[in-house]
Amino acid sequence: MDFLRPSSLTEALAVKAERPDAVPIAGGTDVMVELNFDHRRPGALLDLNRVTELAEWTETDGKIRLGASVPYVRVIAELGEVLPALAMASRTVGSPQIRNRGTVGGNLGAASPAGDTHPVLLVLGAEVEAASVRGTRLIPAEEFYLGVKRNALEPDELITAVHLPAEVGPQQFAKVGTRNAMVIAVCSFALALHLDTREIRAAVGSAAPTPRRATAAEEYLGTELPWSTKASLTDSVKRRFGELVAEAASPIDDVRGSADYRKHALSVLARRTLTWAWNDFQKGERECA
Amino acid sequence: MRVNVTINGESRQADDVWEGESLLYVLRERLGLPGSKNACEQGECGSCTVYLDDVPVCSCLVAAGQVEGREVRTVEGLAEGDKLDRVQQSFVDAGAVQCGFCTPGLVVAAHDLLNRVENPADEEIREALAGNLCRCTGYEKILDAVRLAATRGETA
Repeated sequence: MDFLRPSSLTEALAVKAERPDAVPIAGGTDVMVELNFDHRRPGALLDLNRVTELAEWTETDGKIRLGASVPYVRVIAELGEVLPALAMASRTVGSPQIRNRGTVGGNLGAASPAGDTHPVLLVLGAEVEAASVRGTRLIPAEEFYLGVKRNALEPDELITAVHLPAEVGPQQFAKVGTRNAMVIAVCSFALALHLDTREIRAAVGSAAPTPRRATAAEEYLGTELPWSTKASLTDSVKRRFGELVAEAASPIDDVRGSADYRKHALSVLARRTLTWAWNDFQKGERECA
Repeated sequence: MRVNVTINGESRQADDVWEGESLLYVLRERLGLPGSKNACEQGECGSCTVYLDDVPVCSCLVAAGQVEGREVRTVEGLAEGDKLDRVQQSFVDAGAVQCGFCTPGLVVAAHDLLNRVENPADEEIREALAGNLCRCTGYEKILDAVRLAATRGETA
């Protein structure tokens, strides 16, 4: 095994082009587990800790460009106002030690169906910035997840950043787990009310081979939400929304929960988060994480 | 490969490090610092917690090559000679140590908390220690230890 230590993004991309077998490592909270347990023996590790370009975020014209190796602890501390759902999801990751190292870029690279930030990226309409010596492209989050732990990256590409709209409107993330810390989601759910387009987006995590949007549920709410009157939502609307969200999932039975339980839990999360997000909308207050 | 790193204020060098090796392995097996404990190797238990450039991390999840030229502080680096750090002393005084295996990780995590928050609420203590498992104390004595340390002034 080789340990490759580029000191700039240009150098990192050149190395990745030459060594497509090199596994990028930033926080290491996923990659090192695989190494420690002999589940993976890559030809090389590509350490991104010196590539400082990846550890910054910027805001331009209402859009956040979040560098791939900004750790969760900084998403929570610095971006809770503008990306509340992403901060909420980041807060549910692992433990303080894990959040000090783990990154949204790493979540994307691993592309686990249970990755905590994925449903949020889907509901915000995030784009994944992938770079190689051939150039840079933006991949819509929806096209990024291809299967269990498979993503749309080419072998010579590195995830460099995620582009997200800031302050789209009320948004929520919720997760079911068996403990309050250090737990992989049994299922998770994210919701965003896009105030400018009056569009609602909903996505489920850990309940299908990839994180995915609940489009039928979104369309249903789109026609039912009383945007103009800001009236309170009826129980029947919330319940139907929850049912449609559950139908969007195709979960498996495993040690952490049965498929039936996951569907039920998703319908509950959907109702709850919709209530919270709609309350925020009614109050017209800036929601915070 | 060779790894150069400052540990507890001292320049250290480890040779013949395998490229996929963890910082934890280097600390324990190559540099003779067995304070950080090896239990789960997947970030679940927190027993291997150390400071990396002043940030608490699971040393089992840091690749050894990533610490080249950086600073690590382990539980061994908290005491001054024979004088225990206030967090260590509080763990002793509160009876928060049973088998002792989780203690080094908890001490580092609590040390970091008290560096950031002078007088933490119970919720903050629980949150800060959420990544550290203990299988014998039931945690109450550990909470006592952190509260006691908080009353004892500044952490080194």
